[in-house]
Amino acid sequence: MRISTFWYCFKQGIINICRNIWFSLASTAIISACIFLFCVFFSIITNIQHMVVSAESTMGITVFFEETLSGDEILEIGERIESEKGSLIKGMEYISAEAAWESFKTEYFGENTDLAEGFAQDNPLAGSASYEIYLYDIEDQASMVEYLQSVNGVRKVNYSNSAVAGLSSFNRILTLLFGVIIAMLLAVAVFLISNTISVAAEFRKSENKIMRLIGATNFMIRAPFVVEGTILGLVGAAVPIVAMFFLYNKTVEYVMERFNLLSGIIQFLPIGEVYPAMAGISLLLGGGLGCIVSFMTIRKHLRV
Amino acid sequence: MIEISKLTKTYDRSSRALKGVDISIEDGEFVFITGRSGSGKSTLLRILLKEVDPSSGRVVVNDMDLGAMPRRYVPKYRRMLGVVFQDFRLLKDRTVYENVAFAQRVIGVPGRKIRESVPRMLKLVGLSSKYKAFPHQLSGGEQQRVAIARALINQPAVLLADEPTGNLDPQNAMEIMKLLEEINRRGTTVIVVTHSRDIVDMMKKRVITLDKGVVISDEREGGYRYEN
Repeated sequence: MRISTFWYCFKQGIINICRNIWFSLASTAIISACIFLFCVFFSIITNIQHMVVSAESTMGITVFFEETLSGDEILEIGERIESEKGSLIKGMEYISAEAAWESFKTEYFGENTDLAEGFAQDNPLAGSASYEIYLYDIEDQASMVEYLQSVNGVRKVNYSNSAVAGLSSFNRILTLLFGVIIAMLLAVAVFLISNTISVAAEFRKSENKIMRLIGATNFMIRAPFVVEGTILGLVGAAVPIVAMFFLYNKTVEYVMERFNLLSGIIQFLPIGEVYPAMAGISLLLGGGLGCIVSFMTIRKHLRV
Repeated sequence: MIEISKLTKTYDRSSRALKGVDISIEDGEFVFITGRSGSGKSTLLRILLKEVDPSSGRVVVNDMDLGAMPRRYVPKYRRMLGVVFQDFRLLKDRTVYENVAFAQRVIGVPGRKIRESVPRMLKLVGLSSKYKAFPHQLSGGEQQRVAIARALINQPAVLLADEPTGNLDPQNAMEIMKLLEEINRRGTTVIVVTHSRDIVDMMKKRVITLDKGVVISDEREGGYRYEN
């Protein structure tokens, strides 16, 4: 396509928008609302997923064994667990009673190592050899714990039971809820864009007829309407994208300030990690929606 | 060359607009098509414009068989034709220059070429000084000249004019006919559908008369053949 033709179609698209400014504004507002919700949803889901992933990597299941078992027997049980449930396990670490005591000493007594001297010949954590097990998916935790508790020789299984798994299911419910809301708004947006394009086509009816008789191709006749739809979609997307840039940091600051106690648990992603993908998808969604809906609508109206 | 043979168009069972019409028009001819309202003139024009398809028969324009033409070739075919209407059909929100340039813009002619050809065409139709005017600032005759300029800007082989003087006073009507004659002298085939006895009688061109969908006369240097 020639540059002059492109500019012609672009200019006509803008003229269409200006001619039906109220319809255009209504379409843009609905697209903005739809994409704003998408951005909110995207930010929340991305952050929850980030929290779940970081929780998965830090929260493990600790398995303690019968005190009568020797180190070799514990290692043997460990191998069995790995061979039977290896597909769920991201990492597995054996912590001997000695290593557990060393770690405890450093953590508990700190620099006052002489306080721990009294236990030099008598490891208080003897019989506390354990396995730290990290899973790929925290949702498998319950079944894994159940399995571990049924293994012969296992005395106790420690795990953080509901917090992380709760986050995961919360994430799923949110996805569903936002999905439904966005789908409803999308349907309204499709209807409004389609109406706007229909009105524009009606305005240009005689012009389009002349174009057809002069020998303009379908592409040339439809292009201004597709440009119009695409611009409505892109502008509709740009508004919430810009708004989110400011709102995201403000919201994170507000939550951290207001719920100070949660700062150790909730770790928000910096905007730089959320924004590029969110802005890209939003623009694609807005522009794509406008482009496809206007193309389909104008196809119905104009035939050579 | 336009070859129309055994052309029939039926809109519904009770209404046959054309009944086995045979017409042959050579390149560079000037032809009037006359007839009463409902005689089939407009249907013939619409078939030539490929706006409607014939029920039967064959229409060949410059070796292009309209019946066998795929839809994707229709825009290219229409670029071979120029069309002028009784009601001018100008774009009211655009200047004279823009109205004429429009015909080139929408088929993707480069801007440089448009800037060259539009002033030339406006000079031909005698509207060079009014290129900035909007249609409502022009007389009927001037508006029709703009429509003719728009129809000719892409150098069509055939100019189809549907009652081009229908909305004009006799003086403007004569001027438009002189302009069409001049265009015909430059090599364009001109087909004019008209009701105007004065014009047909004065021009002394070929006259094809239709009545109830049938060609009732086809005369070289003919005259008006029926009473309104």
